[in-house]
Amino acid sequence: MKNTRMNGYLKAGLILTGFLTALIILGFFWTPYDPEAMMAGPKLQGPTWQHLMGTDKFGRDIFSRVLQGAGTTFTIAASVVAIGAVCGTAVGALTGYFGGIVDEALMRLNDALTAFPSILLALVIISILGPGSKYNVVLALGLVFIPSFARVTRTAFAALRDVNYVKSARLMGASRRRILLVHILPNTMQVLLPAITIGFNNAVLAEASMSFLGIGVTPPDASLGYMLSEAQGMFIAAPWYAIGTGVTIVLLVFGVGLIGEGLQRRDKEVD
Amino acid sequence: MKYAAKRVAMLLLTMVIVSLLAFVAFDLISGDPATAMLGTEATPEKVAALREQLGLNRPLMVRYGEWLLGFFTGDLGMSYSYRQPVWDLIAPKVLVTLCLSGLTFLLIVAVSIPLGLRSARQSGGVLGSVRTLVNQLCMAVPPFFTGILLSYLFSTVLRWFVHGQFPGLDKDLGGSLKYLFFASLALAIPRVAMTVRMLRSTVQGEMRKDYVRTAISRGNDRGGVLYQHVLKNALVPVVTFLAQTMAEIVASSIVVEQVFGIPGLGRMLVASISNRDYPTVQAIVVILAFWVVLAGTVADLINQRIDPRLRLGGAS
Repeated sequence: MKNTRMNGYLKAGLILTGFLTALIILGFFWTPYDPEAMMAGPKLQGPTWQHLMGTDKFGRDIFSRVLQGAGTTFTIAASVVAIGAVCGTAVGALTGYFGGIVDEALMRLNDALTAFPSILLALVIISILGPGSKYNVVLALGLVFIPSFARVTRTAFAALRDVNYVKSARLMGASRRRILLVHILPNTMQVLLPAITIGFNNAVLAEASMSFLGIGVTPPDASLGYMLSEAQGMFIAAPWYAIGTGVTIVLLVFGVGLIGEGLQRRDKEVD
Repeated sequence: MKYAAKRVAMLLLTMVIVSLLAFVAFDLISGDPATAMLGTEATPEKVAALREQLGLNRPLMVRYGEWLLGFFTGDLGMSYSYRQPVWDLIAPKVLVTLCLSGLTFLLIVAVSIPLGLRSARQSGGVLGSVRTLVNQLCMAVPPFFTGILLSYLFSTVLRWFVHGQFPGLDKDLGGSLKYLFFASLALAIPRVAMTVRMLRSTVQGEMRKDYVRTAISRGNDRGGVLYQHVLKNALVPVVTFLAQTMAEIVASSIVVEQVFGIPGLGRMLVASISNRDYPTVQAIVVILAFWVVLAGTVADLINQRIDPRLRLGGAS
């Protein structure tokens, strides 16, 4: 029963993610230079104190660009997870709690959908909605993420349907809505929270991949994925551009991954 | 055998459903292909004539049936943007992506299974934490970022291959495979980390079971029990996981092909989406979907060979 509240992974993950989130929030209001301004400094300069991540071939400050791009990526990933988690939990709760033929049919559909890689499905939806808009990216990825959340929560809701505290709540005349939201939902957090961390990371990577391919977020919106594709073209002249951008993605995913790892370990130790 | 027949029948049914969904979806969105093909030269008479010529005035199901038949006979219609038969466009690319995925898959299996088994036998301690950190870090690195770094290292610095000049499988097989190897390296890293992690937790879960304790109490050593008993029981989830991996490789190869400039299905797909070339998008999506479904079926068939219980209707 030791370390039931915190463990090393959880702590490290929270510190890293907290630090990055603080930087990203800062970036919404203030960046050292205008991210789009050409000639904010000398062209193709390596990292200095004036330009923490150097400048690109137009003399734009890369650190400012990364801050802005990380903001876009972060916002998209958070929206995607919000859509996926809320809709997925709703579907999972209803089918898991009530069961029946609808449950059976939806879960078969779910099995089929989760077998497909999320990027592939998202690309299909993007090609239907039209490429190059951040709202379409959010919508496509959000839709794609619903089944995996539905599957996780369905199992939890089905397992908790007949436990004693739910039965007694039912006997006391609690409404279905109250049982689902007040009695069962808080107890599914143990599976829902790790699922959210995994979902967030998948969303970051999927958005970055799609923007890297030029069919996700496109200019004037900046996203880390698009910036990486831009950086690949000038890698020999300005390797710090690709490295600064890539490392930011890695740290973002790594931090949230550590939180997920910590959560899973904490729950294992409680058992 | 009966199980296998049932599974194959289900595979075919799934393929029909998937391709029907893709067909209907793309039929709804693509608007009028005749107008799209004629572009600026479109006059109502010309459009009507071309619609008749392309057979667009017939019911949806008839056209779907024809398209599916065409899929297996190599007639996938005309590409809007290239004005060439879709099949001629994608046939050489299918093989390239197949090679890339196969190579990556072999790499993942060859590296992660020994690593996973090794890590399952050791537990805890400082070393364990370091391993978890390295594992999480590897999972966090997107293949397109490693791809950029690897192509810089091996192409610009070491000059082991020339970036952007894929030799072509028919011209120089060895050179092509070498080229693909660097791409598969970028693809494999995060998946190896995931597979090791999955293998470790499956084997360790199995090691805690009663039969393992019994086998050890009867004087078997841990290594022997691991290879003779545990492995066989842990194999089923691992095979299922590897099938999922195969699907994920195909998906992430779309991005890595772009990084390395490999002329495969993924690059074609991205180009066709940008050009709104729906017949090509549709064909590639269906091929990739078939691939995913096929991998799942093969995994199920292997699993029922490994675990006879699955043959008795244990799996639906």
